[in-house]
Amino acid sequence: MIATLPARIDRSLPRAEQLRLIAEGARLIRRRNLPLIEAAGLGHIGGDLSATDIVATLYLAVLDVDPSDPQRAERDRFVMSKGHSSGVLYTTLASCGFFDPALLDTYMKPLSPLNGHPDRKKVPGVEANTGPLGHGLPIAVGMAIAATLDDSARRTFCLTGDGELQEGSNWEALMVGGHRGLERLTVIVDRNGLQQGAPTEETSRLEPLGDKARAFGWGVIDVDGHDHAALLDLFERLPIEPDRPSFVIAHTHKGNPISFMHDRVEWHHRVPSAGQVDAALRELE
Amino acid sequence: MTAVANESTLYDCRDAFVATLHALAEEDERVVVVCNDSVGSSKLGDFQERFPERLINVGIAEQAMIGVAAGLANGGRRPFVSGASCFLTARGLEQIKVDLAYSNANVTVCGMSPGVAYGELGPTHHSIEDIAWLRAIDNLVLIVPADPLETEQALRAAADYEGPVFVRVSRMGVPSVHPPDYRFEIGRAARLRDGADVTVIANGTMVARALDAAASLAAEGVAARVLSMPTVKPIDLGEIVAAAEETGAIVTVEEHSIHGGLGGAVAEAVVAECPVPMRILGFPGFAPTGSAPFLLDHFGLNRNGIHAAVLDLLERKRP
Repeated sequence: MIATLPARIDRSLPRAEQLRLIAEGARLIRRRNLPLIEAAGLGHIGGDLSATDIVATLYLAVLDVDPSDPQRAERDRFVMSKGHSSGVLYTTLASCGFFDPALLDTYMKPLSPLNGHPDRKKVPGVEANTGPLGHGLPIAVGMAIAATLDDSARRTFCLTGDGELQEGSNWEALMVGGHRGLERLTVIVDRNGLQQGAPTEETSRLEPLGDKARAFGWGVIDVDGHDHAALLDLFERLPIEPDRPSFVIAHTHKGNPISFMHDRVEWHHRVPSAGQVDAALRELE
Repeated sequence: MTAVANESTLYDCRDAFVATLHALAEEDERVVVVCNDSVGSSKLGDFQERFPERLINVGIAEQAMIGVAAGLANGGRRPFVSGASCFLTARGLEQIKVDLAYSNANVTVCGMSPGVAYGELGPTHHSIEDIAWLRAIDNLVLIVPADPLETEQALRAAADYEGPVFVRVSRMGVPSVHPPDYRFEIGRAARLRDGADVTVIANGTMVARALDAAASLAAEGVAARVLSMPTVKPIDLGEIVAAAEETGAIVTVEEHSIHGGLGGAVAEAVVAECPVPMRILGFPGFAPTGSAPFLLDHFGLNRNGIHAAVLDLLERKRP
């Protein structure tokens, strides 16, 4: 069992070294995430892998959170709205020291705190219980309003799936966030283009997604969701536009970068065999 | 103790609701109100004027309203969500389940104008299912106050409670049924009138009517105990068992469907602990149009209806 996990990055290091450590961290998180799904016999590896570079960049280098005091009032908030990507969330939280990495072996096992979808009452570092889609963004809007009321500089980040945006609750929340100009709120869309059974554009079209968010009063930007330098640069110069919340369309690939999973819709929730995990890990050496 | 409803003055519990929110907001800066374009119907205009930053109107968006409240609670606030109960509880049901109950968020959900308060507007606007669908959700306290005093105390109890609470706030005028020294506690029923022949268990707008029925039954020599059961969850098991054992027959009355509300909760307890004959009074299904008082009378949710149900039940009571 591969047990090596990355740690949070010293931001005083030279930038190139930070980026090397983020890349290395994302690689290690993927290497731990894959066997997790195989051992559980369940999970959503395709969406875990498309989100890994975003989640790793945020937790290893961006978010102001303290694993030794996960409830500190003045912390940044991260909401994993695509709660089915619990595999990457748990692996990353364990990497950052929110809980003992040994607990990862219990993922989805009977009575484990690591449910298939995250539970903030059981897992330190989890901010919101998600799983049913379209819940995270309204919660994140509430978190950002609370920060505004407190006149606080703390930031709120919310990662949504792209298919998830078909839920109407997101558009209610996008209206509220845009109306209130919550500039310390950032929504990141894991735009891998595939929902459970088919491409989003063949199911219920999202495009022109950026125009829609812009029309709702958000600053919008497209980014390569696997490019750590681009992600880090973007997260450091938020908001995209003053007095507006930020809507980041992170272009990703389901199953990235594993060759036989890449952009393959069936890997939404297929469980890799031991042989497939070995093959995937060899690609991540 | 024998309480008799004073019919001379009728109160809209929304007035106690806004007065209490105002007081809570003065006392505790964490208190905020989240609403869905319901500033007028929730009577929140004055609150908005006094605390403009702390009245968060998300527009007509019940799912986002509950989620936003959960996020505010995560940020250390004590949100009170206010909206018409029919829309708030049905449109926001999954958010109430996941974002509040499953997440144990410190949010109080205030279901305004419940039951058939919007009588003439028809079943789209009636909220006679709210307690049933909320009662199935774990970790959610359900309170149905009977008068202004109990509304105030229920909201104060919710403000101090660690976890989510739902409070139904009546619109239809109700008389005061509780003495000034009444102290509401979550999970505690109040014995408003004692009796040994039968127990009438009621909450919300039906408590005053249950007291009226008990008075008319007394004139016929029937001693009816009246239990006010403001907390539907967690229910006061001790008072229900005492009622079953000591009076041998139970009638429940609520401004709600007969399926899954107070009557269902009492029946579950009675069947498990001490089976006795029961009657559940409420709405059998979608109600027609008509004012709230008309509909309550139409379905026998008044003194005469409760009186008749009690006499009918006593026929079936075991010797």
